[in-house]
Amino acid sequence: MADKEVKLMKGNEVIAYAAIRYGCDGYFGYPITPQSEVMETLMELKPWETTGMVVLQAESEIASVNMLYGGAATGKRVMTSSSSPGVSLMSEGMSYLAGAELPCLIVNCQRGGPGLGTIQPSQGDYFQACKGGAHGDFHLIVLAPNSVQEMHDFVALAFDLAFKYRNPAMILADGAIGQMMEKVTLAPQRPRKTDAEIEAECKSWAIYGKPADRARNVVTSLELRSEEMEKINLRLQAKYRAMEENEVRYEAVECDDADYVIVAFGSSARICSATVELARAEGLKVGLLRPVTLYPFPKKPIAELAKRGVKGFLSAELNAGQMVEDVRLAVNGLVPVEHYGRQGGSLFTPDEVYRALKDKIINRG
Amino acid sequence: MCEVELKKENIVYAKSSLMLDNVMHYCPGCSHGTVHKLIAEIVEEMGLQSKTIGVSPVGCAVFAYNYIDVDWAEAAHGRACAVATGIKRLHPNKMVFTYQGDGDLSAIGTCETIHAAARGENIAVVYINNAIYGMTGGQMAPTTLLGMKTATTPYGRDPRLNGYPYKIADMLAHLDGVCYITRQSVHTPANVRKCKKAIRKAFENAMAGKGFSMVEVVSTCNSGWKLSPVQANEWLEQNMLPFYPLGDVKDI
Repeated sequence: MADKEVKLMKGNEVIAYAAIRYGCDGYFGYPITPQSEVMETLMELKPWETTGMVVLQAESEIASVNMLYGGAATGKRVMTSSSSPGVSLMSEGMSYLAGAELPCLIVNCQRGGPGLGTIQPSQGDYFQACKGGAHGDFHLIVLAPNSVQEMHDFVALAFDLAFKYRNPAMILADGAIGQMMEKVTLAPQRPRKTDAEIEAECKSWAIYGKPADRARNVVTSLELRSEEMEKINLRLQAKYRAMEENEVRYEAVECDDADYVIVAFGSSARICSATVELARAEGLKVGLLRPVTLYPFPKKPIAELAKRGVKGFLSAELNAGQMVEDVRLAVNGLVPVEHYGRQGGSLFTPDEVYRALKDKIINRG
Repeated sequence: MCEVELKKENIVYAKSSLMLDNVMHYCPGCSHGTVHKLIAEIVEEMGLQSKTIGVSPVGCAVFAYNYIDVDWAEAAHGRACAVATGIKRLHPNKMVFTYQGDGDLSAIGTCETIHAAARGENIAVVYINNAIYGMTGGQMAPTTLLGMKTATTPYGRDPRLNGYPYKIADMLAHLDGVCYITRQSVHTPANVRKCKKAIRKAFENAMAGKGFSMVEVVSTCNSGWKLSPVQANEWLEQNMLPFYPLGDVKDI
């Protein structure tokens, strides 16, 4: 076996490397801080000369998400990346992608908002990513990396899940994960799928020019007959239920004997793993449950912890309290669930979260 | 009534095999049906059915995919040129065209249109300009003529209130990525023939990688204009063509 290829890289840079090595066919993007290194790295690596991957700078996020729609409609593996305000501009496109059931990858390297906000890290787009974020009933598959290695690994995972369910997938990172440098083990280069492979795999829906042996394919989200549209809605909902059944991913750290559990994702979870160590050093049985898939959300493992006797949950997020609503729904009133957060691009420290856990949960009156 | 047997050698016209038999939703007298027929004929004559991907707009032509037997993507309102860019960049040897109305292309989709043209995307754009929003019920478009009555300009378009109409074809012609811009119509048989030649040229340009081509078809919307089909053709000649003159704007 060949030696592992280990590099020191920024989270944003590794997205570019992982995409090329996965065999991604196309990237369409627009610069925005703090994720511009994704497209900059791709342009520097010139994958069109090696794997044949297309990289194109669009005139706006609206254009890039619609280029994504066109590329995905052909059955190819295409992606874009942006940060919060840019993702808002893509929200129309995300609704169309979900409605037309097009597999693709969108990376959101979140910054603080609302509006132009700040270029510092935030997790303020949880609602947008997980609750639809645009018109109509739909869900993205949402993955939350907590390291540069996961930024790398989730590119492949997101594409695999997107194609498994014919649904757009999002990597919901943040400015901290995107900008920080860590060691990462790079996957070996995979070949891009050939046109013949794609046509065999996506023959029932993709558009690449109608051959004589099949009817024309139409990629659309339009259906004016309400009884037919409802059938489409029900089919989409059945797909989302299947994702909830089969694709929940999470990491449980010291949860088995925990009296108290912190729920945190992405960069917050990195910080909170140190909080667990602080608490354990003082003899407090604290665990961390880290959702890896934010949609589908790990409802069952949280509910089971609540039933098992965990006395309280703290949802620690870099926002004003968004994921906490899903934690409360999972716990369903059995035990207290509180939120602790920082906003505006500020991060919390492990100590700060520990104090919040004591004040809001452990020592609550 | 006697039966006449048609001999094959006597048949001078047949419906393109790419025109599907679905009943059209277009109003009688509307230009869309004619332009659809031309596209089906051109794709068939060029032998491109298995290579052609159409992008339909939001507007009356949203259902273009029901009538021409090729693969289609239906784009969000105004985004057809961006969708077509994504397809063409990944399939540079395919025939990718958009079919858009004036609200779609020259209002909400101005940005996507201009930048696809500026980049010189090798796509063909068929642009139906009937100076009105047809599908939503006859509201003012950017192309609505001064004084023209619409659902949102019930007293006629007043430049002080509604601004001026503009000619996006002339604007696009200035861009280096553009190889062919022409303005045609389909209101007479002679014009239909000229329009077909123009669309074919745009398709040939896209396949040859010459850059961005657009055929603007100055069209009628007799329902929106509240005129009979014949009156609409007359109105087009008297009012639309003086402001949107026919002929090539750019051809290199």
